[in-house]
Amino acid sequence: MSSNIIVLGIESTAHTFGCGIVDEKGNILADVRGEYTPVKGGIHPREASQYFTSIAHTIIRKALSEAKVTMKNIDAIAVALGPGLGPCLRTGATIARALASYFNKPLIPVNHAVAHIEIGKLLTGAKDPLVIYVSGGNTLITAYAKGRYRIFGETLDLALGNTLDVFAREAGIAPPYIIEGYHVVDYYANKGKNILDLPYIVKGQDVSFSGLLTAALRLLREGYPLEDVCLSFRENAYNMVVEVAERGLAHTGKKEILLVGGVAASPILRSKVETMAKYYNVKVYLTPPKYSLDNGVMIAWTGLLAYKHGVTIPIDESYVKQRWRIDEVDIPWMEE
Amino acid sequence: MDGGVKLIRIGAEAYLYLIDFFGIKAILKKRIPKDYRHPEFDIKLRRRRTINEARMLYYSRKAGVPTPLVLDVDVDETYLIIEYIDGIVLRDLINQGVNSKLLENIFVHVGELIGRLHSSGIVHGDLTTSNMILQNNNTLYFIDFGLAEKSSELEDQGVDLHLMLRSLESTHPEIAYKAFNCVLKGYAKVMGKEHTLKVKNKVKEIRMRGRYVEERRKRT
Ligand SMILES: Nc1ncnc2c1ncn2[C@@H]1O[C@H](COP(=O)(O)OP(=O)(O)O)[C@@H](O)[C@H]1O
Ligand SMILES: [Mg+2]
Repeated sequence: MSSNIIVLGIESTAHTFGCGIVDEKGNILADVRGEYTPVKGGIHPREASQYFTSIAHTIIRKALSEAKVTMKNIDAIAVALGPGLGPCLRTGATIARALASYFNKPLIPVNHAVAHIEIGKLLTGAKDPLVIYVSGGNTLITAYAKGRYRIFGETLDLALGNTLDVFAREAGIAPPYIIEGYHVVDYYANKGKNILDLPYIVKGQDVSFSGLLTAALRLLREGYPLEDVCLSFRENAYNMVVEVAERGLAHTGKKEILLVGGVAASPILRSKVETMAKYYNVKVYLTPPKYSLDNGVMIAWTGLLAYKHGVTIPIDESYVKQRWRIDEVDIPWMEE
Repeated sequence: MDGGVKLIRIGAEAYLYLIDFFGIKAILKKRIPKDYRHPEFDIKLRRRRTINEARMLYYSRKAGVPTPLVLDVDVDETYLIIEYIDGIVLRDLINQGVNSKLLENIFVHVGELIGRLHSSGIVHGDLTTSNMILQNNNTLYFIDFGLAEKSSELEDQGVDLHLMLRSLESTHPEIAYKAFNCVLKGYAKVMGKEHTLKVKNKVKEIRMRGRYVEERRKRT
């Protein structure tokens, strides 16, 4: 290992192909991203992966020149092997394997969810938080215990971000999904007055959104005002997440909360979490929005932490894992 | 109600007080307001859970699952008063360390009790080792029924056992799988091998859900 380790990381689990380069001190040397945006509807994995293949070369080259390094200076290649969409994951993995074998660098497997947490910790200074990870594809309450991030809550069906987006799309108010810094659902909800009855589904530490989504769309068809439906819908959805986070907090006794993932940018959700946290004297950290989105930097940084603890993977064993759960990953860099 | 009132626990949704209820040692569980929720939303939810918990404690007892007796319910004030169970919470017992034979017996019995609930059309909704108390005379009690439901759906039974497994994994990682296998063994005693296999497969399926399932949902 060189005196200042440098790792290049590749992210391609869903709609973003990213290449990031970081050093051991936590300096971000390069951060280049390309985003696939579907013409209509949700993400089409195969189309996304084809797009990634077409831009990968340029993105990696740009990252190297941004960092002012060549492949010679790179100590290891990190890649997000999951969780995510198969075709997208395979594109990133293929490219990472090629780089690692051609330039003879160690390959480091990174779990995308772990990476969201580690970049959040690096950038906010949180040390041992309860993590609320809410994005288009994930809804997860997790915290470190006994060598791994343990799951203290998750969704039983749809992810929070996806639930909001599908609702907005089917209600005909999106795209665009963001208006004046608010998700369109929050935007209309802020003008709502009445709370309508909708399913609030918390099971143990888990939440379920599909029944809520169906019921909210039904209210719209029955002619209830959009603003009231949005208000009731997001009250249910956010409160469910905050409630299970609170249970996780009571259970683990952690003294910090870290918000990560795209939906963490919602000022409404954030203020609910802050209100809840104040009661327990818990400090709330928010990953800077730019790094809440998928990016290669978080993969590079997590790869670097793993690399320093001797974690690498032989190229012929570096399969992608679409359903790679966060609690399957050893976290040797966290001390009890 | 007279005598001293002692706050014994601040939970995520309720305060628990140890009280003397006309000579009976009892627990008053008061669901507290949450200011992150819209007030109207908050009170409705707390009332619903309070009445639900009282009902489900009663149904479960009738189904042959030891639960504290419900002594009083005040839906408007969102509290219930239940019999105090003198014993040790299973979570603490495990953390103290118990020999593996006893552990096995306990979890097989946990499985039997879950089986009794399910065979009577009840799902607990929050199966964790914090919600089980081993009384000194060795009776195992289930508590905390606020999220329980009347249901005989395979999906709900699967979710119930998934919650059990997941809480074992997060709270007792070193014994989680062994304990869960005992739970299934006990469960099969009541529900039969065939049904247990079905529920087990459901648990597997539930654990596989997660990322990017949205494309399952077609436009309506
Ligand atoms: N009837 C009871 N007898 C003795 N202890 C109890 C009783 N009910 C609750 N407790 C104690 O209080 C804790 C929290 O009660 P619970 O009903 O599970 O509320 P919460 O919703 O806060 O989890 C339990 O884990 C147990 O330690
Ligand atoms: Mg409890």
